[in-house]
Amino acid sequence: MKNIGPILTVVAAIFVLWYAGAVALNASWAYDKAKRANVEITFSEMVTDTMNQKKPKLPAPHQVGKEIWKTTGEMVVKGRAFSKRSLIYHSWITLSATLLGFAMGTALGVSLSVGIVYNRTMDMSVMPWVIASQTIPILAIAPMIIVVLNAIGISGLLPKAVISMYLSFFPVVVGMVKGLRSPDHMMVDQMKTWSASKGQEFWKLRLPSSMPFLFPSLKVAMAASLVGAIVGELPTGAVAGLGARLLAGSYYGQTIQIWSALITAAALAAALVAIIGVIQKVVLKRMGMA
Amino acid sequence: MVWIVFGIVTWLLGWRINSYLSQQPRTRFTALAVPVIFGLTIVMLWECAVRGFEINPVLLPAPTAIAVTFATSIPTLWQDFVQTVIKGAMSGYILGCGAAFLTALVIDRFPFLQRGLLPVGNFVAALPIIGMAPIMVMWFGFDWQSKAAVVVIMVFFPMLVNTVEGLQATDHMQRDLMRTYGSNYKQTLFKLRLPAAMPFVFNGLKISTTLALIGAIVAEFFGSPIKGMGFRISTEVGRLALDMVWAEIVVAALAGSLFYGGVALLEKSVTFWHPSQRKSR
Repeated sequence: MKNIGPILTVVAAIFVLWYAGAVALNASWAYDKAKRANVEITFSEMVTDTMNQKKPKLPAPHQVGKEIWKTTGEMVVKGRAFSKRSLIYHSWITLSATLLGFAMGTALGVSLSVGIVYNRTMDMSVMPWVIASQTIPILAIAPMIIVVLNAIGISGLLPKAVISMYLSFFPVVVGMVKGLRSPDHMMVDQMKTWSASKGQEFWKLRLPSSMPFLFPSLKVAMAASLVGAIVGELPTGAVAGLGARLLAGSYYGQTIQIWSALITAAALAAALVAIIGVIQKVVLKRMGMA
Repeated sequence: MVWIVFGIVTWLLGWRINSYLSQQPRTRFTALAVPVIFGLTIVMLWECAVRGFEINPVLLPAPTAIAVTFATSIPTLWQDFVQTVIKGAMSGYILGCGAAFLTALVIDRFPFLQRGLLPVGNFVAALPIIGMAPIMVMWFGFDWQSKAAVVVIMVFFPMLVNTVEGLQATDHMQRDLMRTYGSNYKQTLFKLRLPAAMPFVFNGLKISTTLALIGAIVAEFFGSPIKGMGFRISTEVGRLALDMVWAEIVVAALAGSLFYGGVALLEKSVTFWHPSQRKSR
């Protein structure tokens, strides 16, 4: 908690820089408008104008905050929380794809890592490709996955989840392989002296000792999964979801809309990672590891 | 039917060879041969499946078809490669990593900044920064400058966090030793702390290679001139010319692997002293 002062200072500095940037970037448009209206504006008038433009180059934080409130809180108050104009609706679309992809990616990652740990052939043939697959900018194939799955009649949630899965399985594989191999020779030998079967060795020794490795990987996987879901929404042409809001905003120059979608996505990522952090704390505490 | 049987036979044969090889003592040869054989059998299986089940090329083109497209459209692919990788990703990578490195040096001098900026940096590194792409395209225009800007933001925080962590990697004993030698800040930095930070710095550089390519390609989905890998992928998908898309993906994969491999080689020559780089056992 002793870091709270410095962190708040840095966050405050970011806001100050943000406002300064908003003034600097939007000033030319404010002067332009004044020139066309043939009026002279003072510096303070210019500053107020940069804070309240309709399509600013860089919207000021309070504008973004107002837009987010307008599309979330106010919608709820009006009882239209899931209308198509509401960010809650779009966040939910993205969130569902993220969670499904995350679950699929984790399942795939864990089963692959079990195979890699227990089967030497798989270790030698699959592991190098798993690592190589990460040097490939895999998001590039997102549009293709969407279109191909669409062509065979799968649309909506699943294609996005597939992209999320692809992005999120890797950290899980790497973390779990490390974790399942973390018990040292002494422990494995101990299991052998108790004549434990392979299954018992897995459930009672390897799986529990992999937990401290699993959770940090899950955090990375969750963040990657959200990125996958957002990018997966781009090629479908702005139908629904946070990625669609980004794309629509960039088509129509609605910068405030872009920024509010961006901030919402960031908040979503932070919340999801924080939830995993809480689960990690509880699980490790009950296992006596933290 | 023949193709399907052929594919299954190839798969069994490949797996058979691999399981034989992996039972042998691990050498450089087997460590290289096993994954290569695995990759080749996958490609063979893919080819046989496409031919055997007569899969529509709009869904999944055969590897041979992709290879033909690749060979016939090399000029286009090269043009896209230059636009996206050299101009967009590389310039952004160098700017972003350089800026992050220098910022890390500054942060390192002020503990206050360290305690404030590091948690924020760690937080930002987990955010979907790729969402900044439309904003950058709006600010810097359609050409490669906006792509480079996206790459700069994407690589900045992972690189920053890793470098700061690396600069803290020396322990008290080592720093005390430098002090007993009467070395000043600069000498300690250049002779002890920067070399000790190199494994971390290279970790950041390696993570950033993939991020740079992803940033440059995805940013092109939000608008680009009529060249570039992201542009080509999104338009060719629209025309259902999937063989061209796959050819572009092959280019992306090659570029990504070479980029990563290049940095890894550099790492090997710089951090030759580190335990992870030494010849094992």
